[in-house]
Amino acid sequence: MSVRVYDLGHARAGDKGNTSNISVTAYSDEAWKVLHRQLTSEIVLAHFMHLTAGPVRRYEVPQLRALNFVIENALGGGVTRSLAIDPHGKSLSALMLTITLPGHNE
Amino acid sequence: MARDRIRIGCGAGFADDRIPPGVEIVERGDLDYLAMECLAERTIARETLDRAKDPAKGYTPVLLERMEAIMPPALQRGIKIVTNMGAANPMGAARAVRKHAADWDCPDYTCAVVTGDEVTDVMRAHPELPLMEDGAPLESLLPRMASANAYLGADVVARGFATGADVVITGRVADPALFLAPMLHAFGWSYDDYAKLANGTLAGHLLECSGQLTGGCFADPGKKEVEDLAGLGYPLADVWSDGRVEVAKTPGSGGRLDVATCTEQLLYEMHDPSAYITPDCVLDASEVTFRQVAKDRVALQGARAKPRTPTYKVVVGYFDGYMGSGEMGFAGINALARAKLGIEVVKERLRRRGLTYEEMRIDLIGMNSLHANDADACPEPYEVRLRIAARTPDKKAAEAVGAEVRSLHMQGPSGAGGGVNFGARQILAVKSVLIPREWVKPEIVMESAS
Repeated sequence: MSVRVYDLGHARAGDKGNTSNISVTAYSDEAWKVLHRQLTSEIVLAHFMHLTAGPVRRYEVPQLRALNFVIENALGGGVTRSLAIDPHGKSLSALMLTITLPGHNE
Repeated sequence: MARDRIRIGCGAGFADDRIPPGVEIVERGDLDYLAMECLAERTIARETLDRAKDPAKGYTPVLLERMEAIMPPALQRGIKIVTNMGAANPMGAARAVRKHAADWDCPDYTCAVVTGDEVTDVMRAHPELPLMEDGAPLESLLPRMASANAYLGADVVARGFATGADVVITGRVADPALFLAPMLHAFGWSYDDYAKLANGTLAGHLLECSGQLTGGCFADPGKKEVEDLAGLGYPLADVWSDGRVEVAKTPGSGGRLDVATCTEQLLYEMHDPSAYITPDCVLDASEVTFRQVAKDRVALQGARAKPRTPTYKVVVGYFDGYMGSGEMGFAGINALARAKLGIEVVKERLRRRGLTYEEMRIDLIGMNSLHANDADACPEPYEVRLRIAARTPDKKAAEAVGAEVRSLHMQGPSGAGGGVNFGARQILAVKSVLIPREWVKPEIVMESAS
């Protein structure tokens, strides 16, 4: 049964130049298992493909049940020159949460 | 007198941050120090331009309004203040504050100014430096350079406090360093005591965005609740001389501070958690844990650090043309089709005027403006707001964008309403280089009433 990242964890987006970083923190150990196994950098890149060709790097912080995705070239040339209405990409945390994963019974 | 514990509060996390919670933490936080972080990556470039127009200016525009609210209650309580609101002109900021302080019913105070972060001459002398973003030589930016500032560390800021100053005003300083500096000063920590530097830097990183640690940027109704978000309080850190740190927030304020908010803020604007580079150390946060020790109070554990790098990071601001933009709204039956006709009309009118753009972006607000998702895959909303933005080296071409969007009121599809022309704004972009520390000569200058 598929599950939304929204139901598994919470997210926050930050910016450095033209790079967005988005953390996803699991609500529970059970949710962490799914996120850790299924929310890969490939899945994230596929979901952000209309914004960037990547690359996407994933860092794991297991004791906090958190993943940190570093998504390069995602901010329209960088906060200072982007034409986007949200040049910092603060709202991209919500885009991360719309990803749907296969879930527990993959 | 050696202290065993100090309390550092955050009074602002960006230039236009809300002032009342800053006053509140001063009045109710029982602080020893207050740090206010008000300098984003590019704002210093804009302030450098202000200074070029008026040598007395170039500090953060909200400086006087913020200091008028914060300084009297802080100084009355013996709270020492540090802020990077000096921006492109720290001494000018100190003088402006001094000039007004008498009218603010401020007690007498001493002020130390940190200078030396400004390195435009160093940049001109080293056009060969590779840009961190793409490796290209700095040279290409030099003709368009507006500013260049090195991110200084806590050691310099601590020297400001060592003068006995009540207020320390800086230009470009690494954000966590504003918080680490009072710890270095109060406890005399050395730069080879990595465990303490790690905890202090981590505390600074968590606190520097004010309400983002205490329930800001967090609430999602029905999913993640934040109590009294309207009354969101700013964070503070209790730091012990042995390096222990607990973070908390203004007593009685709204918001929440727990493992979840700390985790989100830990990874905010962090890339590799095991190597967060600051001028003071390379923080390894990969094994950090948070322990809730009381309501809205969390102990930090597990931070480690490696020695600081031999370089300073310099952010170079440069002119990169103009951006023009405008918006127009459409609602009711066939709103989307009318908005799309508006797009075609504006593009065609700009084309017939012979205007060209490096890049143009078209958003349908209500459908795809934030995530740039496929609008055709969205359900058609009752109303939609068209936004067109474009970048060009030509100011007049930039101005034309918003003007043509605005004209849709009378010369576009039917029922176009709520148009706005945002005009043209000059783009100040930034890129970075690394330079040897020896090339930077930070100094402490006392500003006094004389």
